[in-house]
Amino acid sequence: MKIGVITFPGSNCDADARYAATVSGHQAVQVWHKDEAIPSGAEVIILPGGFSYGDYLRTGAIARFSPIMKDVIRFANEGGLVIGICNGFQILCESGLLPGALIRNENLQFVCKDVLLRVENTNTPFTSACHGLMRIPVAHGEGRYIAPPEVLERLEAQHQVVFRYVNDVGEATQDSNPNGSLNNIAGIINEGGNVLGMMPHPERAIEPVLGSSDGMVVFESLSMHVQRAIETIT
Amino acid sequence: MKYYLAHITITLRKAILDVQGKTVENALHSLHMPALSNVRIGKHIELDVHAPDKETAQDLVEDACRKLLANLVMEDFSVDILEPRKNGQMKQ
Repeated sequence: MKIGVITFPGSNCDADARYAATVSGHQAVQVWHKDEAIPSGAEVIILPGGFSYGDYLRTGAIARFSPIMKDVIRFANEGGLVIGICNGFQILCESGLLPGALIRNENLQFVCKDVLLRVENTNTPFTSACHGLMRIPVAHGEGRYIAPPEVLERLEAQHQVVFRYVNDVGEATQDSNPNGSLNNIAGIINEGGNVLGMMPHPERAIEPVLGSSDGMVVFESLSMHVQRAIETIT
Repeated sequence: MKYYLAHITITLRKAILDVQGKTVENALHSLHMPALSNVRIGKHIELDVHAPDKETAQDLVEDACRKLLANLVMEDFSVDILEPRKNGQMKQ
């Protein structure tokens, strides 16, 4: 499947995302933030990690108004699959495609380490291949997920919390929470189930030489999603 | 039309733990200043507004705060519009 990866000024995980998409059998296309339309035929759009616009004002606040974002929002509203990783998650929250916001880590430190994730919802196009805990890295200074109580309640009730930080026996403890996110939230999807935002970096954990290949399942899930769609049609 | 000066203050919403503020408060207390508490850390933005009157200037800046300068999920803002200088032009 064709995956478009947007490069904003300050993105630094765009090449990794394209590499991860390619080695998992997809066709990866670079999309420049000044483009006004996503490439024709693209079935997934990835907003990669980095420090778009130097994180000026707030993380993701300026990138959200990049020319390409108008078409990303249209694509998402029409049901297109969108993944925001780290800074991409922050951009999705700023753009209103995902609820809530990401603020300074509780301990005020930039955190860069492997974390363990429990997959809370495998019934999504991004997680259907997931099983068991995932070990993938985080690298962020603003990853504390917050949302008003009523929004948080709705996210939990509708199984929109997709990934949660846990310890090695799968418990969502305070110690396993790297940034102070409410309810140990590491990733969420929108109500339509087609927009995913996550702080950890699956594209940095795709080969054993990188320390983990657990991130690969996100890309494999996309393949399964397409396969299922083809089977449904035929 | 006049040039007004806008002072904008953006802080984390009260319901959100301001860890920077808390850390600074602890530092103040360790400097033997126990009278100081409830530290909130935010952003200060200044900008010029070209508008016919103060009310319009206020509206323009509040609109900018809602659209870009503040994120209302996590932040509150306040806007203070200062009267233009006598010659009607802000210093460049």
